[in-house]
Amino acid sequence: MIKKITSSIVILLACLFSIVPVLYVLSVSLRGDNAFGAKTLKIVTSTSNFDNYVKLFTETSFLTWLYNSLLVSFVVTLLGVTLAATSGYSLSRHKFKGKQFLLFSILTTQMFPATMLMLPFFIILSKLHLINNFLGLIIIYSSTALPFCIWQMKGYFDTIPKELEEAAKVDGCTNFQTFYKIILPMSLPALVITGLFSFMSSWSEYLVAAITLQDPALYTLPLGLKSFQSSLSTQWGLYAAGALIVSIPVVVLFIIISKFLVSGLTVGSVKG
Amino acid sequence: MKNLELKNIVKSYGKNNVLNDISISINSGEFLVLVGPSGCGKSTLLRSIAGLDLPTSGSIIIDDRDVTKAPIAQREIAMVFQNYALYPHMTVYDNMAFSLKIKSRPKAEIEERIKEIASLLQINELLHRKPKELSGGQRQRVSLGRALAKRSPIILFDEPLSNLDAHLRQQMRIEIKKIHEIYKSTIVYVTHDQTEAMTMGDRIAILNKGNIIQVDTPSEIYKNPRNEFVARFIGSPEINLIEGKFKDSIFSTKGTKFTFPEMKYSEKISTLGIRPEDIKISDSGEQATIRFIENLGSTLLLYVDYHDVQLRIITGTAEYKIGSKINFSLNFDNIIYFDQSGERIVNA
Repeated sequence: MIKKITSSIVILLACLFSIVPVLYVLSVSLRGDNAFGAKTLKIVTSTSNFDNYVKLFTETSFLTWLYNSLLVSFVVTLLGVTLAATSGYSLSRHKFKGKQFLLFSILTTQMFPATMLMLPFFIILSKLHLINNFLGLIIIYSSTALPFCIWQMKGYFDTIPKELEEAAKVDGCTNFQTFYKIILPMSLPALVITGLFSFMSSWSEYLVAAITLQDPALYTLPLGLKSFQSSLSTQWGLYAAGALIVSIPVVVLFIIISKFLVSGLTVGSVKG
Repeated sequence: MKNLELKNIVKSYGKNNVLNDISISINSGEFLVLVGPSGCGKSTLLRSIAGLDLPTSGSIIIDDRDVTKAPIAQREIAMVFQNYALYPHMTVYDNMAFSLKIKSRPKAEIEERIKEIASLLQINELLHRKPKELSGGQRQRVSLGRALAKRSPIILFDEPLSNLDAHLRQQMRIEIKKIHEIYKSTIVYVTHDQTEAMTMGDRIAILNKGNIIQVDTPSEIYKNPRNEFVARFIGSPEINLIEGKFKDSIFSTKGTKFTFPEMKYSEKISTLGIRPEDIKISDSGEQATIRFIENLGSTLLLYVDYHDVQLRIITGTAEYKIGSKINFSLNFDNIIYFDQSGERIVNA
């Protein structure tokens, strides 16, 4: 009983810890005074309204930023999942010269901090005329997210029994059929995680977007939200409203994919 | 039904030869059991036939067609795996229908075939379940069903019963034999269990260290093993091997001797092979002391000391006590003789 009460209290505190900042941002977004601080702890006060939300959609380029972010994140996710799944599978299943070296080379790229890579990225994109171009941003996002995704997919494929592929081949599958009819459906949890990681890494990224995109029409959401901040003042109300809306797709995505995040998809396939 | 011929199959991993010049011809509709201890190369040989491993040299011929380097799909082979290898994301029906769907067979034909096999294997009730909802025995039935659905003329079994309990193993043995009777497929069945080999195979091929030691019918292998290895491997309880030397009709061994009925035996004989059932407990004869008793249900297995020689004797379920004395005599007609190198001497 005491154990149950203790765990309930811990869970309650953890929930409060997570939700209070969100409620605070909600409170700021509903105020009309663009103020960051408040004299009351009330989330909804007598002066609360949805003006900031209306203004966000009618008087700013928020919808354009949203579209830009969705486009970039969608392409990065698609590329990330496709390339990580195919490369991870090759690295997991096939023997080839230099495999070990390649694996560690991929890992090595993760050791450099993002800030250190900014200048080389900028130079490369300039030379390729990809500044102010979504393609440049997509290439950078994909290349920075891929190493982790490849390792993650490889790790998952390593856990799938080889007998299943052999059974598929005996059943008449080609290598590619074996991959997409047997291996991919069994790898849903890993694919979902990889997809989520790719999406998140581009959805809320600011630094690379800031050096790559200079045309406001191409701004992604983080850049757009930052534009509410000027040297003299910050439109906190708009900023908070935008921040809340930005978080919605991620939350929705988490809810949708949570059912795929189950372990044991290979249970029953072979004798454990 | 198709003939399967293996010619001079060699499989090496670096300098390590797993299969040494294996040649064997399997007749159409035959049930051949490959049996041998762990690591003898039997599974590697089976995988080579399936096309999952490429032999280093030699050829695999199916009905006069060399398939040594042919893709797996072109070999018309089905396989039952030791660990079932069922597709976990598919239902039992989809698992069984998978090979037919890959071949784009008509839906009606697939349904009809799956229903027929499901009835045969008594898994109709399981068709809509996923593998994780099945017991070990049911999974192996589905695995068998998947192989049968393909209607391949050759079916390979890789130790399919080794994960099942004794009761299920016996039941599945009978069912696999029954299925062989119905479909008359050519079967190559790998096992390390000599009971499975003896009860299921039309012929048994015994492998050791990558070599085929003997290929023959179960009864012939039991009665006339080619060497001591085969004699020891086939037969349960294990054969008694007694080392010694003949002088005329006397076989001398560790501190004692056996007197044989004939006057003269080959001096090449260095080991006697006596099956436990060929030693009879009698009122007279040699006297031995019971060291240990194993109750096998319908029979008893006695471990006895005859001077310094330890013998296994199969007998009825009469009352025996550890430490008590018994008298025994040998069935001389069934004794198998081996020379110094362990090879059987035919005319001893």
